[in-house]
Amino acid sequence: MSLRQEILRLGLGAAFVMTAGTATAASTLETTQKNDEVACGVSQGLPGFSSVDDQGVWSGIDVDVCRAVAAAIFGDADKVRYRPSSSKERFTALHAGEFDVLSRNTTWSLTRDTAQSLDFVAVNYYDGQGFMVRKELGVDSALELDGATLCINAGTTTELNAADYFRTNGMSFEAVTFEKSDEVVAAYDSGRCDAWTTDASGLYSNRIKLANPADHKVLPEIISKEPLGPAVRQGDDQWADIIRWSFYAMVAAEELGINAANVDQMKSSPNPEIQRLLGVSGTMGEKLGLRADWAYQIIKQVGNYSESFERNLGENSHLKISRGLNALWTEGGLMYTPPVR
Amino acid sequence: MMLNWMRANLFSSWGNSLLTLISLWLVWVIGSGIVEWALIDAIFTGDNREACLVPGAGACWPYVGAKWNQFIYGRYPLESQWRVDLIFAMGAGALIPSMIEGMRGRRWFVLFLLLPFPVITYVLLTGGMFGLAEISSDLWGGLVVTLIVAVTGIVASLPLGILLALGRQSDLPLIKAICVVFIEFWRGVPLITVLFMASVMLPLFLPDGVVIDKLLRCLIGVALFSSAYMAEVVRGGLQALPKGQTEGAQALGLSYWQSMRLIILPQALRLVIPGIVNTFIGLFKDTTLVLIIGLFDLLGIIQLTFTDAGWSTPQTHNTGYVVAAFIFWIFCFAMSRYSQRMEKRLDVTGER
Repeated sequence: MSLRQEILRLGLGAAFVMTAGTATAASTLETTQKNDEVACGVSQGLPGFSSVDDQGVWSGIDVDVCRAVAAAIFGDADKVRYRPSSSKERFTALHAGEFDVLSRNTTWSLTRDTAQSLDFVAVNYYDGQGFMVRKELGVDSALELDGATLCINAGTTTELNAADYFRTNGMSFEAVTFEKSDEVVAAYDSGRCDAWTTDASGLYSNRIKLANPADHKVLPEIISKEPLGPAVRQGDDQWADIIRWSFYAMVAAEELGINAANVDQMKSSPNPEIQRLLGVSGTMGEKLGLRADWAYQIIKQVGNYSESFERNLGENSHLKISRGLNALWTEGGLMYTPPVR
Repeated sequence: MMLNWMRANLFSSWGNSLLTLISLWLVWVIGSGIVEWALIDAIFTGDNREACLVPGAGACWPYVGAKWNQFIYGRYPLESQWRVDLIFAMGAGALIPSMIEGMRGRRWFVLFLLLPFPVITYVLLTGGMFGLAEISSDLWGGLVVTLIVAVTGIVASLPLGILLALGRQSDLPLIKAICVVFIEFWRGVPLITVLFMASVMLPLFLPDGVVIDKLLRCLIGVALFSSAYMAEVVRGGLQALPKGQTEGAQALGLSYWQSMRLIILPQALRLVIPGIVNTFIGLFKDTTLVLIIGLFDLLGIIQLTFTDAGWSTPQTHNTGYVVAAFIFWIFCFAMSRYSQRMEKRLDVTGER
């Protein structure tokens, strides 16, 4: 680039204006390929879902969706541009094209699917509201919480769900509400309430902030449905398919017993399902508009769903969340993938 | 000597003695609590959360050590952080001499700060030219973003605010109307709304494929917002001047701009230095609101680091917030002290 061009560029660039070409003409996949990275909307930090480590590297189960998509498209899971967005601006930012996948612990609901013009493509974490109590209380079920004081975030659906649940079961409770979740944690920790209720993932991720995490347990009852999953803009079905199947490839890999360590051996497996998934036979990649080894790259670089879960949320993480609803359907959970054929 | 002073000032009566003792007791209770938490019970070494999980532990300083780089630079790539350091060094190197009275070539330092420095900063931070790697603004964060937002707001708001204040006092009805509407509009909406409009609504109005950088949208919003406040502060100074000043200037045959530049503004601005600095300090602290639109300023990045499960302990939040408060306090206190010095100096020269 000549000096003159650089000066010209400086002048233009000074306005910070980036013209990303005409977005309407090109499909999202084409735009992504041109930019050589997947623009992925993540949270502003939620332990286990998307957070930043000491080196500034994003990790988490939501981040792994972004990485899987990048691995499927480019064969390189690191080709992701993370766009942290607040819960208030996430949908507009997706529509405005600031990012192409929203993988940000977002609950799939009818209104969001329709009125917000989103397409939820899969559920990567089945969450739901739960209760945490002190072990010394001797409570084993939420049904034993009659008359308890509950620490709750003010003005959220959490509060309404709890009220519904207690009324349905003919129990009473006293709510102690707080504006911020940090205050709720502090109040519960100081013993102001018997139990603390929020989404189960939140209970687990905040438990490690308590003075003695081992003294507390999460009760088995889940009283609301919070299916969290990646979403895309409505209207680009090919793109939605790519995100959906990038995630399903991870679940399918777990079903088939393929993981990052054994994926190379598995390539020579005689099982036709494995052969199709790994691109040894069939044209699955081509049908998605991707390379033949798309799923191989995902599994090799990101791992199967179990590996991602255990690394970010489960036993290998600080959170120690059990699989619960997120176990495979064959193991009593809800994780199920349509056949890859 | 000391005893006399104490008797005269601290124990001059029963009531005063009592107040002195209560104050001392309060200082002791709070001070010892802070020292205990920040020093005695604090944890100073460790590689992860395990170190700070000791029962009864105070501040978790190793967490700050591990995240310090992010507090300052956000996620700015490590190998390019020298560019930020260079900007800091140039900024400080030019700012300090430009604030010292009677410094030789002071004017040149000020000129450097106002004209080439912002361009150099832009080039260094974004890169993508002169062989520097391009670094998109969503990787910026921490103190860098706080300072960018605050300095842009401060630097843009003073000249804009002065123009608006003059416009509001203008005899030309159209200019006056525009200024009044502008000021009242921006003062009538909360900053958070402005940021929200800039971040959420604006992209919906823009044609497809045109993406204005989120940080830039926010900078423009902050600059316009703070200039409206600045305009009202400056107007207060203009109104405090006796009418004779303007008439005197006219009698000397000075043009409007001459009289403003030489007679009115120097006096008016001097009167409102506390108000101007107040606005600056307020603006500096308001920068944390950018967090709501997904930018990571200093406070935002500190909150982001809370979500790293590798460091989450009962004391992580407290430690992080104390660090944030301390950094903000340093900047605000520095601004406040400088303004006091400037007031004092201008007062002296005023007594002619």
